[in-house]
Amino acid sequence: MTLLYSPDEEDLRSAVRDLLKDRCTDVLARVETAQPYDLDLWKTLSREIGVAGLLIPEEYGGAGATPREAGVVLEELGRFVAPVPFFTSSVLATKALLEVGAGELLERLAGGEATAALAVPFSASPYRIPSGTANVAGADVADIVLVVEDGVLYQVPGARVELVSSLDMTRPVGTVSYGSGDKVRLGEVDLPGVLGFGAALLASEQLGVAEWCLQTTLDYVKTRYQFARPVGSFQAIKHRLADLWLDVVRARAAARNAVSELSPIATATAQAWNADVAVHVAEDAVQLHGGIGMTWEHPVHLYLKRAKATQIALGTPGDHREALASLVGLEM
Amino acid sequence: MDVVDDFLRDHPADDRLEFLRARFDAGLAWVHFPEGLGGRGWSRDLQQEVDEAFKGTPQLDFGVQAIGLGMAAPTILAFGTEEQKRRFLRPLWTGEEIWCQLFSEPGAGSDLATLATRAVRDGDEWVVDGQKVWTSGAHHARWAILVARTDPDVPKHRGLTYFVCDMHAPGVEVRPLRQITGEAEFNEVFLTGVRLGDDLRLGQVGDGWRVAQTTLMNERVAIGGNPVRRGGGMMGPVLDAWREHPEHRSHDLQQRLLKIWVEAEVTRLSGVRLREQLAVGQPGPEGSGMKLSFAKLNQELSGIEVELNRDLGYDDWSFRRSESVDFFGRGPGYRYLRAKGNSIEGGTSEILRNIVSERVLGLPSEPRVDKDVPWKDLPR
Repeated sequence: MTLLYSPDEEDLRSAVRDLLKDRCTDVLARVETAQPYDLDLWKTLSREIGVAGLLIPEEYGGAGATPREAGVVLEELGRFVAPVPFFTSSVLATKALLEVGAGELLERLAGGEATAALAVPFSASPYRIPSGTANVAGADVADIVLVVEDGVLYQVPGARVELVSSLDMTRPVGTVSYGSGDKVRLGEVDLPGVLGFGAALLASEQLGVAEWCLQTTLDYVKTRYQFARPVGSFQAIKHRLADLWLDVVRARAAARNAVSELSPIATATAQAWNADVAVHVAEDAVQLHGGIGMTWEHPVHLYLKRAKATQIALGTPGDHREALASLVGLEM
Repeated sequence: MDVVDDFLRDHPADDRLEFLRARFDAGLAWVHFPEGLGGRGWSRDLQQEVDEAFKGTPQLDFGVQAIGLGMAAPTILAFGTEEQKRRFLRPLWTGEEIWCQLFSEPGAGSDLATLATRAVRDGDEWVVDGQKVWTSGAHHARWAILVARTDPDVPKHRGLTYFVCDMHAPGVEVRPLRQITGEAEFNEVFLTGVRLGDDLRLGQVGDGWRVAQTTLMNERVAIGGNPVRRGGGMMGPVLDAWREHPEHRSHDLQQRLLKIWVEAEVTRLSGVRLREQLAVGQPGPEGSGMKLSFAKLNQELSGIEVELNRDLGYDDWSFRRSESVDFFGRGPGYRYLRAKGNSIEGGTSEILRNIVSERVLGLPSEPRVDKDVPWKDLPR
């Protein structure tokens, strides 16, 4: 196992990044419209680059790739706060469908014909049985809505989704409702396992968010002059950025380790670290941008909101540390 | 590993020194070094496999040899003449000759380039006068790596030259320097009219700063070299104390320990990643980052360990000589106090943040008042 990126992974990154550079330039304008998701971009990503079927085996028309490749895609999507349902459809819902072997549905996802969502609160922790269908992400753009009742996965064709005004405007959440006679049984599913898998991969998205915040702040402090010097020449700023860099370096190692190992310790470690690092780097990005960082017109707030929302998603850092206690010999 | 198996079949390990010499001569010492100098020109990442295959055979003493192996050797390899490499590397590796480092001075710590120890040319020799400090292991050392000022009339970085110093030469005086732990691991070294042959110069006259950078990069990697095992390093004794003393546990300590466990683990993983990158080529300034994390972790962990033990004692304050550099030895109180040095030795954490921000992140340096001024005119 390596914690470095393979040449194939770098190729995939370039393909995704080039597309996003070209097409994902108006997130700020888009999030205030009726459709915050960029479904045209999603179509291109899922069909032309094939990201929708990355985790789906070749027998169902997917690429049969590993979570390592999905992690690279998530890093890039995080870097652009790209409003596409990759994480909710191609990671979380796909993992649930893989568990029950729902071949027909997986084939539709793999080709990019359909998008799915797992109607479990995005704020649910992998360490507790979640309840309710509020705070669900990605269901508003899903053709296939899945729910879990008593450890059984169902498809609910007639599901309704009511969006709420969301902290993360690039991945809004809503409440899913459906009638009791309105569901198709797909099979038994290990929901904590699915959420844990999601948590392991979410660390890569958090890494991408943190990397954008760090790089954008570095670019800014090199060109912003006060006292006739770039503000990035002051030690008070430099030392802060050196510490942030070191946090991001370690977030990269943690993210790579999580998608390579997928073990409970690797997952909990990556979430406990990366979730906080993304928030911390985004917060410092706002601060180090000074006045402009507090304005609506500067995109850094989109990253802060994404970072804060994903800090809570799929277990808070505290939930993951609590889980580590018994795994590493630090129980009370 | 076949080559190691063949070697072990032909070389019984009855005599420790003979065994190590033979291992060096077989090119199985540091395999990324060139043939004839203890290596085979292999990739660095094969070293671990080779070391693994030599398990159970006579080993090096890293506590005493650390400076030789981690700093002197890579510098000699990069800048030494063929003769110097042949003369020094073998006994350095086998531990027959111990090395120390004569860099820091009372007036030159973070600002190492301002150092004042003078080396004046006298025919084929150099005459060295000055005072060095923070010299670990000088009392064991046969040789030292030394940076001295050979030209006071040019700006400070340009007037330095790098030497190998004979620690047995007349005029070298080593005095123990007692530290906050009570013991004397370090020394101050007084150099009075010490005569060094020009064949002990490493690199060009006036090029000492560049040569020293190689040493310092390697030092930071050596100090920041992280435990490969999860829960290793300074985490080990803390986890032991947690397991052995359930009566001392508290929610507060548990929360803090879990946080630092995560930080130690992601730092370890970065170390693994950095080593993968190092497998090709030389350590870059990224190594400075590992040393920063290592210092912070050791200090926090050792502090928590003292709290966790709830013991107000200290094992021994008596003034004694340390046999080797040891961050982990003795009790929790010693570890706590010794770890304070981790953010000072090998570049303070503040200097390392400057290095990271300038060399890795490309941020501009602070305005410098000393850059173009001849060293002799600098305020000191």
